[in-house]
Amino acid sequence: MGYTIFILLLPLLSFLLLGLCGNFMKPKAAGITGTLSTAAVTMLSYFTAFRYFSAGRGADGIFPTLMPYNFRWLPFNDTLGIDMGVMLDPIAVMMLVVISTVSLMVHIYSFGYMKGEKGFQRYYAFLSLFTMAMLGLVVATNIFQMYVFWELVGVSSYLLIGFYYTKPAAIAASKKAFIVTRFADLGFLIGILIYGYYAGTFGFTPEASRLMSAGMMIPLALGLMFVGGAGKSAMFPLHIWLPDAMEGPTPVSALIHAATMVVAGVYLVARMFPLFVGYAPDLLPWIAYIGAFTALYAAVVACVQSDIKRVLAFSTISQIGFMMVALGVCTSTDPHDGGLGYMASMFHLFTHAMFKALLFLGAGSIIHAVHSNEMSAMGGLRKYMPLTHITFLVACLAIAGIWPFSGFFSKDEILAASFGFSPVMGWVMTAVAGLTAFYMFRLYFGIFWGTENRELHAAHRPKESPLNMTLPLVFLALVTCIAGFIPFGDFVSSDGQAYHIHIDPAIAAVSLTVSLCAIGLATWMYARDRQPVTDMLASKFSVLHKAAYNRFYIDSIWLFITKKVIFRCISAPVAWFDRHVIDGFFNLCGKAAAWLSEKIRPMQNSNIQQYTIWYLAGAVVLVLILLF
Amino acid sequence: MFNILMLFVLIPLLMMAGLWASRNIRQVRGVMVTGASLLLALSIWLLCDYIGLRRSGETAQMLHTSSISWYEPLHICLSLGVDGISVAMLLLSSVIVFTGVFASWRLQPMTKEYFLWYTLLSLGVYGFFISTDLFTMFMFYEVALIPMYLLIGVWGSGRKEYSAMKLTLMLMGGSALILIGILGVYYGAGAVSMNILEIAQVDIPVQMQNTFFPLLFLGFGILGALFPFHTWSPDGHASAPTAVSMLHAGVLMKLGGYGCFRIAMYLMPEGAQMWDEVFLVLTTVSVVYGAFSAVVQTDLKYINAYSSVSHCGLVLFALLMMTRTSCTGAVLQMLSHGLMTALFFALIGMIYGRTHTRDIRQMSGLMKVMPCLAVCYVIAGLANLGLPGFSGFVAEMTVFTGSFENPDLFRRICTVIATCSIVITAVYILRTVGRFLYGEVKNPEFLKLKDATWDERTAVFILIACVFGLGVVPFIFSDLIATGVEPVVSQLIK
Repeated sequence: MGYTIFILLLPLLSFLLLGLCGNFMKPKAAGITGTLSTAAVTMLSYFTAFRYFSAGRGADGIFPTLMPYNFRWLPFNDTLGIDMGVMLDPIAVMMLVVISTVSLMVHIYSFGYMKGEKGFQRYYAFLSLFTMAMLGLVVATNIFQMYVFWELVGVSSYLLIGFYYTKPAAIAASKKAFIVTRFADLGFLIGILIYGYYAGTFGFTPEASRLMSAGMMIPLALGLMFVGGAGKSAMFPLHIWLPDAMEGPTPVSALIHAATMVVAGVYLVARMFPLFVGYAPDLLPWIAYIGAFTALYAAVVACVQSDIKRVLAFSTISQIGFMMVALGVCTSTDPHDGGLGYMASMFHLFTHAMFKALLFLGAGSIIHAVHSNEMSAMGGLRKYMPLTHITFLVACLAIAGIWPFSGFFSKDEILAASFGFSPVMGWVMTAVAGLTAFYMFRLYFGIFWGTENRELHAAHRPKESPLNMTLPLVFLALVTCIAGFIPFGDFVSSDGQAYHIHIDPAIAAVSLTVSLCAIGLATWMYARDRQPVTDMLASKFSVLHKAAYNRFYIDSIWLFITKKVIFRCISAPVAWFDRHVIDGFFNLCGKAAAWLSEKIRPMQNSNIQQYTIWYLAGAVVLVLILLF
Repeated sequence: MFNILMLFVLIPLLMMAGLWASRNIRQVRGVMVTGASLLLALSIWLLCDYIGLRRSGETAQMLHTSSISWYEPLHICLSLGVDGISVAMLLLSSVIVFTGVFASWRLQPMTKEYFLWYTLLSLGVYGFFISTDLFTMFMFYEVALIPMYLLIGVWGSGRKEYSAMKLTLMLMGGSALILIGILGVYYGAGAVSMNILEIAQVDIPVQMQNTFFPLLFLGFGILGALFPFHTWSPDGHASAPTAVSMLHAGVLMKLGGYGCFRIAMYLMPEGAQMWDEVFLVLTTVSVVYGAFSAVVQTDLKYINAYSSVSHCGLVLFALLMMTRTSCTGAVLQMLSHGLMTALFFALIGMIYGRTHTRDIRQMSGLMKVMPCLAVCYVIAGLANLGLPGFSGFVAEMTVFTGSFENPDLFRRICTVIATCSIVITAVYILRTVGRFLYGEVKNPEFLKLKDATWDERTAVFILIACVFGLGVVPFIFSDLIATGVEPVVSQLIK
């Protein structure tokens, strides 16, 4: 499978080409270069997936882990070093397919969405960089390679969020995204250092005996790595960067901040899953609790946001919470006994990537038409944009978990796994699923039904987006319709053996009922022209509404920490100390020396009489000393 | 007896003669470019030759060694020789001297005199790196220090006399300590040789090591911006002309780390073990303190100077961790920081030359006005905050992994504190970039400014290529450096 190296090289070449010569190329040529390379990568990924899965399982019944490339990139000492290479196993191959598909769709879509933007070449260069980095992350052969590409996706996210670099909000958002994730990456890095020292390798399959003798250090390392994952995957309370990241162009939000990069944390936990189960089983429930809380929190906040991209951002946070919960509720690697969540998580990652990309691209199409992110500028758009409307509806049904759309299947597995862990967890997640259905349909009705902003639409009549934007929508909608029927467990499962997905009728019935009720409620509240219930609720629970609208002030807390604590209480005093105490001391030394020399200088005033006096005095003192 | 390494001193001497004789600016530039290119070519050749010799199984600690007696009674010799570390440092110096010529291409007035002092400075630097004799090293070290005073005092900006005086006096204080330390080493080893390689074979009495190690380490540490003796750095760099800042932060500060490693730690391993915890605390403070100080600065040069304090602190920090990996990381960090900081100072000089301010509060939207310089600044910033693919990442990761090889809790805690700097670095870099490069152009005066000229582009692109090269193929350099680090570390662990 030597050709797999081109999956990384092609986007890299495209990035270098566009980055170095982009200014000399026509925008269209740059876009085509980027898109063609991504198309080639997509083909290669599909081909790889086909070859990999059709090659069949090994004698032990699991798909073999292939490593077509691996070389020592940076040696540290005799045993440790950073390797770079390509590793293929079921989840890596699955991710290859997901990333390249969404990336290709976004590349095509951006032709229409970014048309006429200044910096079109730069945009495609960054997209290529991101694609390369994300693909490198998933095929990493060791944790340090993962970290290398992890940082690279972080920086491409920074560059793309700040794409509109003259917009203050975009600058602030890009900075925030980078610094918050960097902060989390500090944990990741220290985790890697601890892991490397005790495991004696950065690889994913260390010697068991070394891990056993490391005692508490391995859970500590894994916990710190999870902090890194929580930062990238926007787990509470490190989620604050993600809603702001919506300042970037919408296709970027679809690719990076919905489908691929933000699930890197989930992927990281999945990658280290055998170690988590084997050596840090006490950590997993905490991951589940954090995930569940995040899912709940984000779902509540999403119910009251008015910016459609923010709603989707919080929905992403909530859905990633689902994936984390699914991983966290695992108690073993046997999918039939406590290990179902692993498969469910990966399955949800897969389906979520498709329908969330679809939602964001749909939102982009809407924003493209009405030139605003605010729901108040929308309403009644179904007449103007039929294709966007239908595909958006498909995605909403999928995320709400309605049969036969893909989200139903994966969410059902997650709920089954949660109920297996504890009934409380199961019911909480079911409730969050209900909330999901509610806020998504609130969004749907707010955009396509509800009160139409006639004034605005009369001035500027919204129209359906061009073909290069609708085509990706249709494609993703089709995928969303059929992805649920993929026998996902046959490819990916916690112990590598084939696992046949079966829907638990009780759980399916409950979750369907809850979702349908939530949709019904949303329809009753938001589908009409006037929305008395909503207004009444908002005014009655105004404190709660305001708190949720302001995301429960978590951002303000962070702002307080950065502005007040880091700037005012640490950096400013440190800088003052440096200038006034340390520097002051050395200046004082200089001044003292100058003062002393000023005092001594009069002695050398070429006055012979004075010299004689000093000479005699000195002689007398010397004689006295010699005498006694 | 001719040694190829002598060219590193002879070429600058010839350049100075050529400058002396040159009549106009074209000739001055011609001499500088020719000389700097020759030095660069020589360093690259030396690198290839060194790697080739090592591949072919050469195991001697130093290559190209030779020794000429200068003053027999004190055993002062002109002893030359290079190992992996000095080859890397010579290459770094050549790259920065070369790009520095282009960065001061349009410098006025007294161009000829400026370049004379500049060449003398580089001569001192080269001499220091090729010598293996204590006295010769000290002499070249002094040669490198003096021109700095004039270069800053005459061609500098702002409070230049004050800064030049402060920098020189503090570094002179350091060299006084070094002189005492060197004499201590000389007599401690029985006063039979000044050659480092020979002294290393002798065991200096532990008592003497404990006395003289801190003197030497502190003396060189002052040059390496060790807290709390770093305050010459922000003022000095802020006042120095562009190429001098580049050379000073890029190379001269590395003399500090190099001296600490090659002289203090190599010759007095027991002294190092005695004192390392004290200095570890100071260097850890340097790393974090420099980064925090940089966060609230508003002058571009001050930001970068404090950033240098932080990054050079990491060099000394890694050396004191005394594992093979961490020391390799320290040298990588010297290389990486040298290139990055030179790049930064070059860019700041170019931007300052246009906007006539370095205050980030007074600038905004430069990305629109001078895209090339701005993009390069962003790249430099990303490299500085340790983005993979650039040299900073490689160096920092080697340092951290190496430091973590020490199992004791104290060093672990120091390491964890030092790693925190990667977050703070991100804060000040992104804050700076966001402030003065992004956004709308607020000052209409700036709209008239032009982007980089060809000579500026040459300097910047070469430096970026080097930073990128080191970040993409680090294994070449880490292997190279490891060959030089090995003998010293085995002395330390013994």
